[in-house]
Amino acid sequence: MIEAPTPMPAAASRLPRGQALRRGLAANPLLVAGGAGAVLIVAVAVFAPVLAPFPGDAGTATHPFLVLRPPSAQHWLGTDNVGRDVLSRVLYGARISPLIAVIVLLIACAIGLPLGLAAGYFGGWLDEVIMRVTDIFLAFPPLLLALALAAVLPASLTTVVIAIAATWWPWYTRLVRGQAASVAGRPYIESCRALGISRRKIIGRHILPNAVTPLIVQMSLDVGGVILTASALSFLGLGAQDPTPDWGLMVSEGQSYFTTAWWVVTFPGIAILFTAFAFNLLGDGLRDLLDPRRTFLR
Amino acid sequence: MIVYAARRAALAVLVVAGVIVLTFVIARVVPGDPAATWAGPHASAAQVAAARRFLGLDRPAAVQLLAYFGGIAAGTWGVSVHTHQPVLSDIATVAPASLELVLAALVIALVTGVPLGLLSARRPGRPLDHGIRAVSILGVSMPIFWMALILQLVFAQRLRLLPAAGEFSPGLLFTHPLARHTGFDVIDALITGNWQMLGSTLGHLLLPAIVVAAYPAGLIARIVRAQVLDTIGETHVQMVRALGFPERAVFGRFAMKLAWNPVAATLALVFGYSLVNTFLVEDVFDWPGLGSYAAASISTLDTPAILGVTLFIALVYVVANLVVDIVQAALDPRIRLR
Repeated sequence: MIEAPTPMPAAASRLPRGQALRRGLAANPLLVAGGAGAVLIVAVAVFAPVLAPFPGDAGTATHPFLVLRPPSAQHWLGTDNVGRDVLSRVLYGARISPLIAVIVLLIACAIGLPLGLAAGYFGGWLDEVIMRVTDIFLAFPPLLLALALAAVLPASLTTVVIAIAATWWPWYTRLVRGQAASVAGRPYIESCRALGISRRKIIGRHILPNAVTPLIVQMSLDVGGVILTASALSFLGLGAQDPTPDWGLMVSEGQSYFTTAWWVVTFPGIAILFTAFAFNLLGDGLRDLLDPRRTFLR
Repeated sequence: MIVYAARRAALAVLVVAGVIVLTFVIARVVPGDPAATWAGPHASAAQVAAARRFLGLDRPAAVQLLAYFGGIAAGTWGVSVHTHQPVLSDIATVAPASLELVLAALVIALVTGVPLGLLSARRPGRPLDHGIRAVSILGVSMPIFWMALILQLVFAQRLRLLPAAGEFSPGLLFTHPLARHTGFDVIDALITGNWQMLGSTLGHLLLPAIVVAAYPAGLIARIVRAQVLDTIGETHVQMVRALGFPERAVFGRFAMKLAWNPVAATLALVFGYSLVNTFLVEDVFDWPGLGSYAAASISTLDTPAILGVTLFIALVYVVANLVVDIVQAALDPRIRLR
């Protein structure tokens, strides 16, 4: 989530497309593993009601006589401090974190993309104003600004989305601006202008496509970072509230019983780690695949 | 060179001014009433009004912003609603413990990340490379608040290898009291020759530092690998190889030389990140630093304190980046011309 975005030309390969892709995947087992993990998480999210042994425990259910039971045949991952099945809650949690990441990234993209295109294409004072404002936002480590915002807003998942999106857009503005500025002065754009093609068409047809590939790569690299940030905010009590089966919140709630009931903290944490890991592997592999300077095929 | 440094510094001052305005704006968004919080839960309407006057909340926003700038220039940074102390003096008390933790973490990150990155770049695409890449990506995917709890459970509570919490064993305060000079416990123990205390502080530092190091270590390994792979094909490195230098030297001395610059930039970046990550770790290890202070401020909704910490870390972050920019330009003349 923090590497400086570098311009990435689309994959240029001499091999036919299918073959190049197969070779790329074979040389990149981490990408395959990440992709498989991501598919698994999405599948769990979709089929959570079928997979979860106690779907009601993802909500408001409480079982006073089943409190903090260790893992057993009935409750594979044990029960939490109000007797809810940890496995069911972990499975339902797959519906929250990835969804938050997608919404955050779409909002950040919706703000960052047009601003970056405008700054890069028009240049001049507009560029200066947009980029100086961007610099101010980038002067905060990402988690810090999200934390400050989430701390002053009422604790909820909506707050988490707003706080992280407000922190994330400047990265995309900077990335898109760099791409747009690098093509804005090229002769073919000049000739478009000379032909009287409208600004909207030039930006939409000729500038935007140059920015889309690096933007998608960066967004896929950022999914893991957003998931970690969101779970950190929930861990600090600024995000999801009980009984939402949010993984960060579950770790936070289990903290008080941790010395005697390790399972309440351990399994939601593994779920966060697994999800962030899978998406980071996927993003990293996608960058390798789409950035010919970094592939091993040369 | 001086022109370049001056230009960077001027830009940094602008950014800092913007950062102050932004924290002020965030403070104004707060839905609760700071005056009511200040006056306490049983205050009368008149007391709340008095608190509002005292805090200056009855004045126009522009005047408040000027007063906020004035307070920052005068060095109070607002007054904590919770401790009723100037926020800056609170921060000065807790900052050394966090800086010590972050610096220790960055040292761990460097001594693990750089060799791992080099090893990974040695044979790209081989199983060892894939393994190291997976480990480094695992490091940047770590929910560190969870890692802190797990390491504490395993190494402190179950195996009893390391202390669970605190900066040193409190009993030592009676037998080997720590003389305060710098505020950094490890350094104070070292310069006063307090070996018992030194051992205790290092032991207590290890677990939290490892947790904070997870992210920077993974990042550094990835960056070293990418940089070394970028430069390994260059003619001067090929030349060294042709001259018959052993592979170790080709990678460790010649290819790595060009990687130090991006590693330095990364260190400035993760220095700021790690300071924020202490928010998630210090509370678990009962480490009396910025993170614990921030976590306490968050739970008591102490807005001036939260914004003070936010501002402090943003300033540290801007300054760290500025220093690295200038040092890099001094080392590499090409940067100045950009």
